[in-house]
Amino acid sequence: MTTRHESTEVGPPVTEVGVVGWLRHNLFNGLASSIATIVIATVLVVVGWLLLEWVLFDARWGVITENMRLFLVGLYPQSEIWRVWLTMVALSIVTGLSAGTWRSSALRMMAMMLAAGQLALAFLVVASGLGLVATAALAANALLVIVAMLGAQRHPVGRRWLLLGWLVSAVLTTVLLAGLGGATPLPAVSSNQWGGLLLTILLSVVGIAVSFPFGVALALGRRSKLPVIRLLATAYIELVRAVPLITILFMAALLLPLFLPEGVRIENVLRAMGGIIIFSAAYVAENVRGGLQAIPAGQIEAAQAIGLRSWQCNLYIVLPQALRITIPANVGLFISLLKDTTLVIIIGLLELLGIGRAVLAQPEWLGASFEVYVFVAAVFFVLCYALSQASYRLEKELGVGER
Amino acid sequence: MSDMSGSGPGSSPAAATPGAVDEASDIIVCRDVHKWFGQLHVLTGIDLTVKTGEVLVIAGPSGSGKSTFIRTINRLEEHQRGDIIVDGIELSNDIRNIAAVRSEIGMVFQSFNLFPHLTVLQNVTLGPIRVRKVHRELAEEMAMQLLTRVGIPEQARKYPAQLSGGQQQRVAIARALAMQPKIMLFDEPTSALDPEMISEVLDVMRQLAGSGMTMLCVTHEMGFARAAADRMVFFDAGNIVEQGTPGQIFEDPQHDRTKLFLSQILKH
Repeated sequence: MTTRHESTEVGPPVTEVGVVGWLRHNLFNGLASSIATIVIATVLVVVGWLLLEWVLFDARWGVITENMRLFLVGLYPQSEIWRVWLTMVALSIVTGLSAGTWRSSALRMMAMMLAAGQLALAFLVVASGLGLVATAALAANALLVIVAMLGAQRHPVGRRWLLLGWLVSAVLTTVLLAGLGGATPLPAVSSNQWGGLLLTILLSVVGIAVSFPFGVALALGRRSKLPVIRLLATAYIELVRAVPLITILFMAALLLPLFLPEGVRIENVLRAMGGIIIFSAAYVAENVRGGLQAIPAGQIEAAQAIGLRSWQCNLYIVLPQALRITIPANVGLFISLLKDTTLVIIIGLLELLGIGRAVLAQPEWLGASFEVYVFVAAVFFVLCYALSQASYRLEKELGVGER
Repeated sequence: MSDMSGSGPGSSPAAATPGAVDEASDIIVCRDVHKWFGQLHVLTGIDLTVKTGEVLVIAGPSGSGKSTFIRTINRLEEHQRGDIIVDGIELSNDIRNIAAVRSEIGMVFQSFNLFPHLTVLQNVTLGPIRVRKVHRELAEEMAMQLLTRVGIPEQARKYPAQLSGGQQQRVAIARALAMQPKIMLFDEPTSALDPEMISEVLDVMRQLAGSGMTMLCVTHEMGFARAAADRMVFFDAGNIVEQGTPGQIFEDPQHDRTKLFLSQILKH
């Protein structure tokens, strides 16, 4: 502390800048602050040390590695797992191409996340001794995402082709996962056998991809000039929002079969998807309605004045602005949708959390519940955090809140 | 005629389209136009005829119905009684008629109403591409000509929020002109502008008036009225109380309300 008055140069005292200054300002700013800092730091170090010790030495991670196949794909037959990896090839290529073509930093980020996610999966797979083929396939996929992205940056793909690519990979995914049945090289795999991370991601992706356009349509319907459409949209939204998701899932699982004609059966997974879509669409609709209301009337008048029809006005003027405003709200909704997929356990589907509980029911892993829940929580955290980071990037890119 | 006549799109009011057969030179005919907002009678039977190429300045105190009136001409407001016939097309509830009329009329708003999520160039080309089905490259070429005409070709790739108010309003004029309208409506185009930006917008409007465009301008810019208007119409309480050449109105106003208004507005 003696250096304070020795300095001849005019500048802030060393105790005010740099590391020392920062510490003084933020951690040791007076007696009370110093005591609080020391106490909290001690607690953090002790807890951190105990946690680290547990993670490194005490935890029985065998419960995860030995059940890795269950965590990843549920009861999907071992001999058919290659089909899961193959669907990811298509997904990797299309994602990479889209990210490269659109030159959007948010899309690029999502593609990088897909690559990183597959690398992490490859690591989990090899750590669990699930076979080198799967590991190599996943690692190659990660590379494929990046190659496709760089390739499309140089030679952009037409938007129509990209759309076609997404449709084809959706169909391919369905065919590969469900199989064709009979004596084909793709024997049928009942969706009741789908589970684990595979099911979590399927329910979320399909839920988001279908409920979003459905919700936008409902929001437009609620503002329609035609009373019948407005009434139907409003009734739907209010009704669904007044009912908990669990109830909708129960109804989809238990009541729906009673109303279907004899012989018609819808698989459990499809019913769960339907329930999630029905539920989430109503919330998307309300978010989007908020965005629609924020668009000044002058925008619509200007669109009318240059002769745009009302659908064109919605498509080119109102929706792009409204959807942009609602990105934060909708991403929040999709994050909670991702977490709400755990509720399908009540209709007998085993997604990631459900598989965790099933694993814990095995007698040899009786005491390992902490390990399982930490693992499941970590996976959910990674998924949700990735989603929210991508949305921040998207908001920045589109200038949400700036105009 | 200024140097701009016939040099770009939108400057050929005589482009003959079917429709205007009987009243060849009367491009807008309003007969006994009434409008109510709820119980409030805001237009009380307006009769007005505008000839092709005429520049009309509409003045009057706020609340006198002048904005509402020009908004009925492209059906942003619906009139409830009387007839409005634009270029031979009668405005009714028929959606095709409304679309046809709107495509012949360009409109410039007080608050610009540019589309904030589109670049300047996209703002100007949207109508031609989506409504007129013009090919994108051609539309962009035309848009650049128009942006040059209003003096801001270098701003084409920017977003509206990056432009000054005067520049935004000039983009709005270019956007309206891109539809090659026969009539331009201006609804207080300079009222939201800083004083130093008003003249750049008025210059563009004056050039446009010189090029033979039919214009209806609601404005308080009496300098513009004196220099560019063929006729002035004075509104009060939902109807026209006096009209004439700018000279007549300024030198020898007949109606008390006009006298009062002019004395207020010309005092400064």
